[in-house]
Parts: sequence; C-alpha cells; structure tokens
Amino acid sequence: MESCTKHLLTGNEAIARGAFEAGVKVCSAYPGTPSTEIFENLVRYKDVLYAEWAPNEKVAVEVAYGASIGNVRSLAAMKHVGVNVAADPIFTAAYNGVGAGFVIVSADDPSMHSSQNEQDNRRYARFAKIPLVEPSDAQECKDFMKEAYEISERFNTPVLVRMTTRVCHSKSLVTFEEREEREVKPYVRNIPKFVCTPANARVHRVQLEERLEELRAYAETSPLNVTEYKGGKVGVISSSIAYQYAKEAFPEDTSFLKLGFSWPLPLDLIRAFAARVEKLYVVEELDPFLEEQIKAAGIECIGKDVIPDMYELNPEIVRRAVFGEEPETVKPDCAVVARPPALCPGCPHRGFFYVLSKRKDFVIAGDIGCYTLGCAAPLSAMDSVVCMGGGFSVAMGLSKAFEASGQDSKKVFGVVGDSTFFHSGMTGAAEIIYNKGKVIPCVLDNSITGMTGHQDNPGTGYALSGEIAARIPIEDVLKSYGYQNVIIVDPQDLAAMQKAVDDALASEVPAAIVVRRPCLLIKRIKHDIGKCTVDRDKCRGCKMCLKVACPAIHMREGKAEIDRTLCVGCTVCAQACPFGAISRDGGPSAKKGE
Amino acid sequence: MTANTKSILLAGVGGQGTILMSKVLTAGLVSAGYDVKMSEVHGMAQRGGSVSTQVRYGEKVYSPIIGRGEADVLVAFEKMEAVRYAEFLKPGGAAVINDIEIMPLPVATGAAEYPLGTVEAMQHSFSKVLVIPASGIAQKLGNPKCMNIVLLGALVRAFRLEAIDWKKAMGETIPQKLLEMNLAAFDAGYAYGG
Repeated sequence: MESCTKHLLTGNEAIARGAFEAGVKVCSAYPGTPSTEIFENLVRYKDVLYAEWAPNEKVAVEVAYGASIGNVRSLAAMKHVGVNVAADPIFTAAYNGVGAGFVIVSADDPSMHSSQNEQDNRRYARFAKIPLVEPSDAQECKDFMKEAYEISERFNTPVLVRMTTRVCHSKSLVTFEEREEREVKPYVRNIPKFVCTPANARVHRVQLEERLEELRAYAETSPLNVTEYKGGKVGVISSSIAYQYAKEAFPEDTSFLKLGFSWPLPLDLIRAFAARVEKLYVVEELDPFLEEQIKAAGIECIGKDVIPDMYELNPEIVRRAVFGEEPETVKPDCAVVARPPALCPGCPHRGFFYVLSKRKDFVIAGDIGCYTLGCAAPLSAMDSVVCMGGGFSVAMGLSKAFEASGQDSKKVFGVVGDSTFFHSGMTGAAEIIYNKGKVIPCVLDNSITGMTGHQDNPGTGYALSGEIAARIPIEDVLKSYGYQNVIIVDPQDLAAMQKAVDDALASEVPAAIVVRRPCLLIKRIKHDIGKCTVDRDKCRGCKMCLKVACPAIHMREGKAEIDRTLCVGCTVCAQACPFGAISRDGGPSAKKGE
Repeated sequence: MTANTKSILLAGVGGQGTILMSKVLTAGLVSAGYDVKMSEVHGMAQRGGSVSTQVRYGEKVYSPIIGRGEADVLVAFEKMEAVRYAEFLKPGGAAVINDIEIMPLPVATGAAEYPLGTVEAMQHSFSKVLVIPASGIAQKLGNPKCMNIVLLGALVRAFRLEAIDWKKAMGETIPQKLLEMNLAAFDAGYAYGG
C-alpha cells in the first residue's frame, strides 16, 4: 500500500482497515445502524480474513471469542443495543481472558437516528470489567483498533471499542499501513482458562481484579491518552466525538486531555492535568461517565451542570452550554410539514398492514425493521415494538394478559421479519407452541435485512462474501416446531392476504403466516415494475386509496393523483379503491408474485 | 477557532442522492489539498424521510457536523427541505434550491398541506438564493437521478469553486457507465448557475 497517500474514509471503513492491518483472521457481526458498513468493508479483505453475518449479536461474539480461544485475532461488531443481546458471553470472556486478541466494536447512536434508545455503552466496559477504547475520527478508528489488539493480548482481555453514529458515518483522511501477518500459536486445550465452571470462575475473579490494576497503570501512559497543554486558564477532558466538538467550541488557549483509552480511567494523569488548570470542564456526550468517576476521585470539574446529558452534541450546543452564546440564525416565515420515514412505494409490507389495519379487535406486537413503519398513520397497525425478535414473545404476553383478564375477543398477532426471525424470533415461535399461546405468528419475509441497507441472513441463500449459502426455509422451521398450518401468502394480493388472516384465525391447529415478497430494492432480483394511473372520471374522491399510506398517492383538486416518478405499479391502491378508478398501465397484471 | 473552515449542508429527501453529491464534493476538496470531514445519515432516516449530509473543509477541521447558524452554503434538493434546514445557515449564507416539491406522507394522506411560498420565504430571508429546476434539467438529459450533479454544477458556478478539477473528482467517485451522463448534468447545472 502506498503509505503517504491519504484516503477519505468513514469511521466504519477505517475500523475495517484497522482490523485488516492488525492481522485479524476471523470476524463475525450482525448488521445494525450505525455499525453495518464495518463488515461490508471488511469483506473486501476476504482473501486474508474470514468475515460473516451471524444470525445475531450473541452468536457473533461467541464465534469471534471462539476464534480468539483458537489463537487467531478476531472481531465482533454490532450496534449498541446488540451488545445487550451479546452481553452474556462478553461478561464471561472477561473472566476467562483471551487466546489471541479479541475486540468487540459497539456503535452507539446518540440522538437515536436509527435506534430505539441511546444507551451509553461505555458503561458496559466498566460493568463487564473490560478496557474501553474510544476513537474520535477515522484515522483514530484505524490506529486505535491496532492498539486495541495489542492491549487485548498484553493484558489477556477482550477490549471494547466504542463508536458513535458521528464517528461511524463521518469521513476524514486516513493514512494506510501494511497488514501485519501474525504467527499463530498452535492450539492447546486449556480447561482451567476456558471452561467457566464456578471453581475456575472464582480463580478468574481474582485474576480479573489484578488485570484491572495493570490496566489502570497502562492507562496512565497509554499513547491513546494525550495532553495538549495550551495554558493554565481552562482545561477540558473529553473523549470520542465530543472532543472534536469541544476543540471548536473552546478558545485556542484551552488545554485538552483527550482520552482515547477511557476505562479504566488514568486518574493520576487526570489529577495532574486538573492541577495545571484553573477551571476544568468534562465534555462528554450522553451519560456523565467520566465525570462521575473524576468527581468520585475528589477532583473538581464542571460537566453535566452545563453540558446536556441527552441527545448528541455539536459545536454549537457545547458553545451555548459553556459560554451561553446563542447562534445568529434566520428563520424563514414559512411553516414546514414533518417528513417522517415511510414504507416505500411498492413495499411488500404495505398489503399486510393494510389488511390488519381494518380490524379494531386485532392486537399487533411488532418488531425492529422496515416493518416498524407499519405503526405510522394512517396504517397505525401496531401496538408495541420493543426489540429484535420481541414481536412473537411480546405478543405471547399480551395474549396471556387477555386470557387472564377476560378480554378473549382480542386477536393477537406477533410480527417479525425474516432476519429478526433468525435473530431471536425463533425462540418466540417455540414459546407460543410450547405454552399454547393464542397468537398468530407472522413472518414478514422480504428476503433481506432491509432497514440496515440489505444484508443477507440465513433465509436469503447468500453469505456476506456474496457466495451462495444454505437457505433455511422459514416455513420448514415453523412446521418442525409444530405449526401444522403454515400459510404462505403474497401480501400484494389483498384478497389472498385477507384470506390468509381469516384462515389462520379459523384454524383448528396451530397456524402461522409467512408473508412473502422480496423487497423491491433488492438488486439481484428482476422486479415487475409498472405505473398506476387514476381515472379522474371514475374517482369519487373517497380517499380510500390514501389509507394504504403510499407516498406516491395524494389528492389534487378533490381527486386522487399518483406521482408517476414514485409509483412502481404494485396495485395495492388499485385493490383498495372501491370504484375501480385506479389501474396499472397495460392491464391489471402483476398483482401476483413472480 | 478554525474560523477559516467552510461548511456546506446538503438537505433533501431519502433516496435523492445527497450522499453521492457529497462524495464528489469531498473528493474534489481533498484533491485541492483541504482537510475535509463529511457526515452522512443512514438507516431509518433514509426511508423517504428528511435527510442531511454535511461537508466541512479548511486547513484543519475538527467537528464533522455543524449546529444552527453555522453553514456557509445550504444545498436543498427539495423546496420545503430548504426551509426546514434554513436555521443551520449563517445569516449571510447562501442557498441553492432545487425547484421541486416532494409530498411528505402527512400531505399525501391529507393530514397536512404542503406549504406555499417556500422559495419566496427563503429569498426574503437570505440575500444569495439560487433556485434551479435541477430535476427538470436532469429529466431532459434522460436520467432524473442526475439531479444531484446538476445541483453540484450550479453550486460550483455560483460559489466560485472552479479552481477544483470537478470532472476528475467525478471520475473518481461515479461508476464509468454513468460518468458521461453525469458530466453532462454537471455542465448543465454549471451553465444555469451563472
């Protein structure tokens, strides 16, 4: 690689590059914004490393940890809430220690651009007692990854590399280095180290505390912790992207202590820095993670007294919080309408939610994915969304609550997608059969992991590498569990969709519905694309077509109108129209699947 | 500090191509020797929602994002998005606006009305506002998706960014089979921006 050339990379691309340069050999992840592109880029190095999409984050961590036990450097990556799923093996790996270097990347999402919460995963490092590394731009993402592997091997511990959306998805210039091929030690069985029986765990428990002492000492001199002394008036301690914001918000003569290795904290370094400045600020995004520990050590500082502890920061927010400076802005005299995300025109989920939206006695537990948008008005066809794979099990709880409280007239549906089915929906499907739930499990199989940008999963027949992989038919899984009536339906055919729902509810034996039509954005499939037109003479302006919630239809002068640049000819609106006023150009075709 | 850092804010609707335009912009700025940072939005926000991408360049850039009142230029891919993001523009800042309306779902379903006078309100608030029928120009060129590069051409002309070799930047970022079409789109936007 030409080492002097600079490359403009996102933080995610740089993490992948860092893993490559560090000689990593086995990598496993489950996609989730803002972490997804790490593995989409990692796979470019598939000649020298193995990278895969795992069914979920727990599996990813276990696979990567297994590889570490096998003495090769390994990586697992996930979004912040994925760490909740993977927490079990992470905590035990911390006790056992590692074989070769083992790094877990957590991509947090302050302000919840694409997430259900903004949990601050720095706390996981402290909770699991593993070291924490926080890069603040793409160059650091690459360089810190390499240092993280050194730390992991030197101290015999998993390392948590914590990113945030703005670190993941911001581009900055990066200098490349060569990949370091590492000699792999031959594998030898080591029962006391890697078998976590209570007797072994009690030994590991003591070793863990000894290791943390060593890591505390390392933190004091880590190259990732940098003092920029510019004078004794004001000092700022910061980490991650908040450092970049603070650099812009504070004047030139401000001293900085930038923490790239942020747990265990280098308290002596912090104490020495604090002693050299008159006023000390701690600028961090989300929780007062650094501040609480600094204050507990008896060091005076200003932190969340002024800096917001919610949502992401930016230079303007820091400037306002610290110096009370209001920015000069101009507000045009014109109201704007919200533009929430919506199911795309032609989205296969539309027909399913349209049919379910018509019944007031339906209770629908949803899940995380594009189909979460089935909650949006006017479909409003969802009662709850909690987490990946939760659609079936939350539905089970709802149905048991209705049984226990005499509200038996309610019909409960659990909804998951194809990727979430394999992620953790399968266990919910087992729960419903095993404990006799009055729930219709529905798998919205659009043949891809949609919302995160089209990643493959065990149901698609392809692997991350692009190679053909085993395709696990969802209906076969459900049948093997004991769902004797698995109905497979094309949601774009509203009559068939309605019949599937009616049949499932009337079924004498356990029933499930696989709602199957591929996402229109999948590039490897040839889709049947057309255009629909409204016959303005037949249209009576009843607005029934608006109830399908398609961005391509709106009213103009009292009649429905279809935006031809957006319409893809799915005909769901045409089927919803009671007056036959909408038709697909060239005939009513294409309402059935290919 | 970093007073010489310039910030360009691209705002539009998910799927309109703000990210590709910012890729070309950053490639050009990097080749001109600037320190560059760029921030984009993925995931949930892309599904037809309002999206923004930010490009910052100068001698040394720290933050990849800006707050209110900090953008030098706002490029709005849709009229109402110009108004939505106007508060991020400096009072003396400039705007390039694609002259089209895309109905958000609340308007399509009849729950709200698309606002009147978006462009006029922008022109009243900012002295430098260029309104360009970029979607129409791209349509005439035969590929409506080139609208983003039409806007880039207009931006380059209107804000005197000609010192940078944009055609080379496009060559580095746009697939070969689409390059010719996009070069034509750039020229058309450039001609309009004068």
